[in-house]
Amino acid sequence: MTTTDITPVDFDEAIDRYDPVLGIEVHVELGTATKMFDGAPNIFAAEPNTAITPTSLGLPGSLPVVNGKAVEYAIRIGLALNCSIAETCRFARKQYFYPDLTKNFQTSQYDEPIAFDGWVDVELEDGEIVRVEIERAHMEEDAGKNTHVGGATGRIHGATHSQVDYNRAGVPLVEIVTKPIPDTKGRAPEVAAAYVRTLRDIFRALDVSEARMERGNVRADVNVSLRTDPSAPLGTRTETKNVNSFRSIERTVRFEISRQAGLLDAGEQIVQETRHFHEDTGGTSSGRPKSDAEDYRYFPEPDLVPVAPSRAWVEEIRAALPELPAARRRRLLGEWGFSDLEMRDVINAGALDLIEQTVAAGASAQSARKWWMGELARVAKDREVEIEALSITPAQVAELQGLVDGKKINDKIAKQVLGKVLDGAGDPAAIVEAEGLAVVSDDSVLTSAVDQAIADNPDVVAKIQGGKVQAIGALIGPIMKATRGQADAGRVREIIMDKLGVS
Amino acid sequence: MLSPDIIRRSAAAQAAALHAGETSSEELTRAHLDRIAAVDDDLNAFLHVSEEEALTAARDVDARRAAGEELHALAGVPIAVKDVVVTKGQPTTAGSKILEGWVPPYDATLVEKLRAAGLPILGKTNMDEFAMGSSTETSAYGPTRNPWDPDRIPGGSGGGSAAAVGAYEAPLAIGTDTGGSIRQPGAVTGTVGVKPTYGSVSRYGLIAMASSLDQAGPVTRTVEDSALLHELIAGHDARDSTSLPDPVGAYAEAARRRDVKGLRIGVIEELEGEGFAPEVRARFTESLDQLERAGAEIVRVSCPNFEYALGAYYLIMPSEASSNLAKFDGMRFGLRVIPEDHPTAENVMKATRGAGFGDEVKRRILLGTYALSAGYYDAYYGSAQKVRTLVQRDFAAAFEQVDVLASPTAPTVAFRLGEKIDDPTAMYMNDIATIPANLAGTPGISLPSGLAEDGLPAGIQFLAPARADERLYQVGGALEALLEDAWGGPLLAKAPELAGGAAR
Repeated sequence: MTTTDITPVDFDEAIDRYDPVLGIEVHVELGTATKMFDGAPNIFAAEPNTAITPTSLGLPGSLPVVNGKAVEYAIRIGLALNCSIAETCRFARKQYFYPDLTKNFQTSQYDEPIAFDGWVDVELEDGEIVRVEIERAHMEEDAGKNTHVGGATGRIHGATHSQVDYNRAGVPLVEIVTKPIPDTKGRAPEVAAAYVRTLRDIFRALDVSEARMERGNVRADVNVSLRTDPSAPLGTRTETKNVNSFRSIERTVRFEISRQAGLLDAGEQIVQETRHFHEDTGGTSSGRPKSDAEDYRYFPEPDLVPVAPSRAWVEEIRAALPELPAARRRRLLGEWGFSDLEMRDVINAGALDLIEQTVAAGASAQSARKWWMGELARVAKDREVEIEALSITPAQVAELQGLVDGKKINDKIAKQVLGKVLDGAGDPAAIVEAEGLAVVSDDSVLTSAVDQAIADNPDVVAKIQGGKVQAIGALIGPIMKATRGQADAGRVREIIMDKLGVS
Repeated sequence: MLSPDIIRRSAAAQAAALHAGETSSEELTRAHLDRIAAVDDDLNAFLHVSEEEALTAARDVDARRAAGEELHALAGVPIAVKDVVVTKGQPTTAGSKILEGWVPPYDATLVEKLRAAGLPILGKTNMDEFAMGSSTETSAYGPTRNPWDPDRIPGGSGGGSAAAVGAYEAPLAIGTDTGGSIRQPGAVTGTVGVKPTYGSVSRYGLIAMASSLDQAGPVTRTVEDSALLHELIAGHDARDSTSLPDPVGAYAEAARRRDVKGLRIGVIEELEGEGFAPEVRARFTESLDQLERAGAEIVRVSCPNFEYALGAYYLIMPSEASSNLAKFDGMRFGLRVIPEDHPTAENVMKATRGAGFGDEVKRRILLGTYALSAGYYDAYYGSAQKVRTLVQRDFAAAFEQVDVLASPTAPTVAFRLGEKIDDPTAMYMNDIATIPANLAGTPGISLPSGLAEDGLPAGIQFLAPARADERLYQVGGALEALLEDAWGGPLLAKAPELAGGAAR
């Protein structure tokens, strides 16, 4: 029997018998104007092999020069993750042969990272906080991109030839490595995804990267190992490379825990190796063994002088750090007066920014929350898109709410207007104006409608005059209908009561 | 009418002739191209001659001069460039088959400076493959011959540049010096070569052998010419992180000073005894006597760690080279060898590197790969870096006592072709005196000290503290004048006439 034949264990059973330990390496592509070591533009999806210079193509004679902005961004990340910033650090060459690597070594940092010994608090869906210790954050360059032609699904297997695009070669990366993350138990999959999401949010808040998972701006290598109990030494880990969505990260951890438990139950050894996650099956498969034989022959990069950020500069960067997501959430919670549960729902729905912008555009926090978490969340779900992908701006939502608050329209009309905005009809006020949707509160119009209703419904009138005031609704209904819902219902009620002499 | 001996004048004198209207750059460039055509079939100093480009550049300078434009002092004086320096539009091979036919799409920074100053580039000079050698015999394109004796090596790795200058094919040339590749060829061809302070000349566009050791510099027939060329190619370059921010020194002025009164010259005890040929030592001692008579103070200094420099060098240099040469894989430029059987990218890389690199290059890649391997790194690369620090300390201590240090440049005169090519360690010994300066990043100059064994030239080397390159020109210019007075002219005038050379 080979190890691949062993059946994975049910996740909950696996957690009963084993203690998982995580380790996560996150690569983030920095959004600098130029590449890490040369002046080639750092752009996504340009024509292949156009965003290059002799240096990013690794031509003979070319030399690297460190991008100061990338260093600043790396320091920003380090500080946001509560790391120490090195007083001096060097680049090193990580050497291996691969066609996407122009020099056949990657210029990276080895034993002298720019940032080290930090932590970040990760909030889970139920509000539990998990502190993840950061080992290091270091700078490096990305490789080019290979495309395999002629085989199935773009894989190298069966391909007739391969093409390499070096536009990505030399794009600045920061790699953030955690210390082993213990004690997550059955929440390990959730912790892994929440950690990467937390970093993603931090990168965006710091404005160091667009941090778009789907573009590969943020990529995670997920290490999982099992041990029999929390006091036992760490087990052998596997590293699943380049997992690039939060859901895939969760599935990877879940699958690896089940798979490794199956092997351990059967008395097998875990092989230390890199693995690949498969979106279609939700499983992982063996990549290459990561044994001690893998020798990158690191040595200090002799073409570059050490990076020695002055303490004054580091403090300047620290002072200029924007508010980080966790602090912002705490502040907004206080300002908005949401309950913890409401706040978590907002965050989990990805609506925090939208609500904040809506509030900034003049709406109250509760009304902004009501729109985004109510009607708009429902539309997003119907349309199967992310809420921020809806074609409506926070300013439009605030404008709509302003029309309601100013009694220009009522809630029912507001929903109609919202639908029209989503369909691209323009801004709410303009739609209300153009389509004549404003509330009718003109007494002459309303009085004639009331007169008509009284004339049409003598029996109802009799009931009201007989003391059943609640029957007044039976008169309001036809009036609203006659005015296509635009009548000011409160004023209509007053006119009826006045006309019928009741109070 | 152009005097046929103009090509034998110094570059400074050629520049003066251009300035005086005695000749044009086109005539001067044509004269050198004619000389190359006459003698280079025998010498093989050039791998590529860019006749049209050089003449076009020369005519351009002539036109600018005629228009009254302010020109660089060396404008119009042609130059040869070692083939390890990339030149846009001119093939650049670094003496290797793996780059055969490659035409760089960009210029090295120093080449940009040459072009901007209006120096027509005659072509690219032969060299040991990737500058790995001390004899120019490891070139994939055949060895260069020594103008003094065609059976002898011209030194290496920059034998092509030294031979070109020594044989009057070019008045100026660019060399690169990683362990002595400018100075040792200078010594064995009776020419002048300077390795500037590390970082003085931009490395951008130099095909790297060992990044922390490589330095480009001038190859000329006179100390003043080296100074002029050094001033032209030096200066900070934002494209090279290891480039010094210092302003360029007044080297030519120092070369013309001819005054060594009170200058303290230290003779390195470890570099004058065993292994150095008797006549080479004699010329060295006589040179020092000349300087002493001119008012210099000669003292003996000890640099005890120089003993380990060669060993450290042959770990650091191959380590860096093994990494720098990884990019030659047939994927993006140069040679690509596609094996018939299973031509995967990895197999193409293997086949290309197997066919494209020569033995010495492979030897150093293997050495370096081994030295950087896990488990060996500390013992080899790590220890070598410690020796490097000790060598730097030796220099620092020595320069507390003296202004410059002196030694013979190379242990012997030019040896015969084939004599050492199968004995790498004997070959490596050629660099024993030149390597310490590379390890320390300090500058050095070699100039002729006279004729030694077999009537062949020997060289004397001066070393100065980092950033004190002026001192080299000061002492070199002074010694050159003293020796030429004694000889009755330049040493090169004693060289035998080349078979193909009718221009005398």
